[in-house]
Amino acid sequence: MTGALRRLLREPLGALGLGLVLVIVASAVFADALAAYPPTQLDVRNRLSGPTAQHWFGTDHLGRDTFSRVVHGGRIALLVSLVSVGLSLAIGLVLGMIAGYGPRWLDNLLMLVFDAVRSFPTIMFALAVVTLFGPSLETVILIVVVTSIPVHGRIVRTQTLSLKAQEFILAERAMGAGPVRVLFHHVLPNVIGPVLILASMEVPVVIAIEAGLSFLGLGVRPPTPSWGSILNDGYGFIRDTPWLILAGGLPVVMTTLGFTFLGEALRDVFDPRLKRE
Amino acid sequence: MNATTPILEIAGLSVSFATPRGPVRALRDVSLVVPRDRVVGIVGESGCGKTTLISSILRLLAPNATVDAGSIRFEGDDVLAMGNTALQHLRGGRAAMVFQDPMSALNPVVSIARQMIDIQFRNGAPKAEKRARAVAMLRRVGIPDPEERIDGYAHRFSGGMRQRIAIAMALLMNPALLIADEPTTALDVTLEAQIVRLIRDIKRDLAGSILFVSHNLGLIAELCDEVVVMYAGEVVERGDVRQIFHAPRHPYTRLLLACDPARIPESGGAGAALPTIKGGLPDLAALPSSCIFAPRCPDAEARCLHGAPAMVDLGAGHAARCVRAGND
Repeated sequence: MTGALRRLLREPLGALGLGLVLVIVASAVFADALAAYPPTQLDVRNRLSGPTAQHWFGTDHLGRDTFSRVVHGGRIALLVSLVSVGLSLAIGLVLGMIAGYGPRWLDNLLMLVFDAVRSFPTIMFALAVVTLFGPSLETVILIVVVTSIPVHGRIVRTQTLSLKAQEFILAERAMGAGPVRVLFHHVLPNVIGPVLILASMEVPVVIAIEAGLSFLGLGVRPPTPSWGSILNDGYGFIRDTPWLILAGGLPVVMTTLGFTFLGEALRDVFDPRLKRE
Repeated sequence: MNATTPILEIAGLSVSFATPRGPVRALRDVSLVVPRDRVVGIVGESGCGKTTLISSILRLLAPNATVDAGSIRFEGDDVLAMGNTALQHLRGGRAAMVFQDPMSALNPVVSIARQMIDIQFRNGAPKAEKRARAVAMLRRVGIPDPEERIDGYAHRFSGGMRQRIAIAMALLMNPALLIADEPTTALDVTLEAQIVRLIRDIKRDLAGSILFVSHNLGLIAELCDEVVVMYAGEVVERGDVRQIFHAPRHPYTRLLLACDPARIPESGGAGAALPTIKGGLPDLAALPSSCIFAPRCPDAEARCLHGAPAMVDLGAGHAARCVRAGND
């Protein structure tokens, strides 16, 4: 494991990605300690101020400290993205392997379901679900999980199909390995690499979806801070102050880049065929 | 089951594949016996049904294949009637298989150690003990520094080494029958000789039989006690290795032996053409009513074209599927 970390750090972009991700994660974990003010505390006399010694990123139209809201918003963004990517990855992996390795009828059935889900435009689906269940954190997670299971599932299925024809899988079966052993001990290690990169690149997508839904007022309910709602607040006052837009937008950009760099570096590190001597 | 029950007994096995052109009858009336502690060779050209035959022993046939007739008995147990549990016990528990292409027979992203430990899942021993067994087995098949190299991945090993590892994995199963499907075809000649030497060594201390499939007559002669010659999905001749090589009774066996480059007499001279068997394999989707080899047989007579010949017993375990086998 230390060897993997060393190889990761040797890649400049991998080190940068890891650094960005660590900064974002740390700021979310230690949000309470970092934020000088509660994220919802109003200070109407200092509303819409630029960066000052008291308010590093300035304040919004209600005088709330933007820095505090950004670090607390990071919590929401990471929570939503890690939980929903983790869930959809796990479910997509299992369903994809079953579709690829199992009987033909099951494959057809699962593909039909995946295609049905994918055929909905995500935003329409999101609007429909929000209308049904009302905007909340859980709704956002549900939307992301349902729409990204087919993404993971399809990739895993394709990989499983090509692995199924390989001689080492036949050899395993000839040694008496049942489907569960074949899938979890031999197929899984072969598909996990590509899927992990995909998942780490999915994290920023989910962060953007959460920010987007919150921006539209369909995600996290105010006054809970979210990067999307900070952007939304800033959008209304873009002529008065650019700081809100910057404070809400920069973390999204940093997180996207961080997870993407990290994902690409992780792929190289975890593929033994790419290991350097 | 007693000591005289053969390890494997196949009787009248017929297998066909469903294709858009209709059923392809890949195996027809195949019978063979692998006695205890013997090495039986299956020889024949590509497409004669060798791989179909051994796949059916472990019931690893493609989904479009059906067994039309016959029986397969493993130490007396009916393989074709086995349920999933019995099958999984047969595969690896009682029989193990070494495949043709060592480059793809090992998982590329799982370390050799993990693969070799995992495959001993039937054994309840602690992991350290399983690892020790795997290391010992790697040393047994001639992998240098097995303690260290066992943690490597397949791509760190050459083709010959990978085939040794595959053999070691099969031997870890302690099988009653080791099935080797052309284990040297994908290797170059020097490695081939090494692997054959290894299999011969293993034979000495393996408490089981070996079913060795090859199209290389030299290897068969060197390794096997008994030989089964296959042509286009049929067994055309079987017998003791000496009988097959010194007194072949089926014209196909004779021609096959004549085509072996190692056996061409020096007197032929450098310019002499390699002998070949004229004609090609018959279409297994549209079988002739004659002897299957008649169109290519130099000795074919009028009676060869009327009805397929039966196996003619020549005594002492020697049999040939030719109407002339009992003559001369």
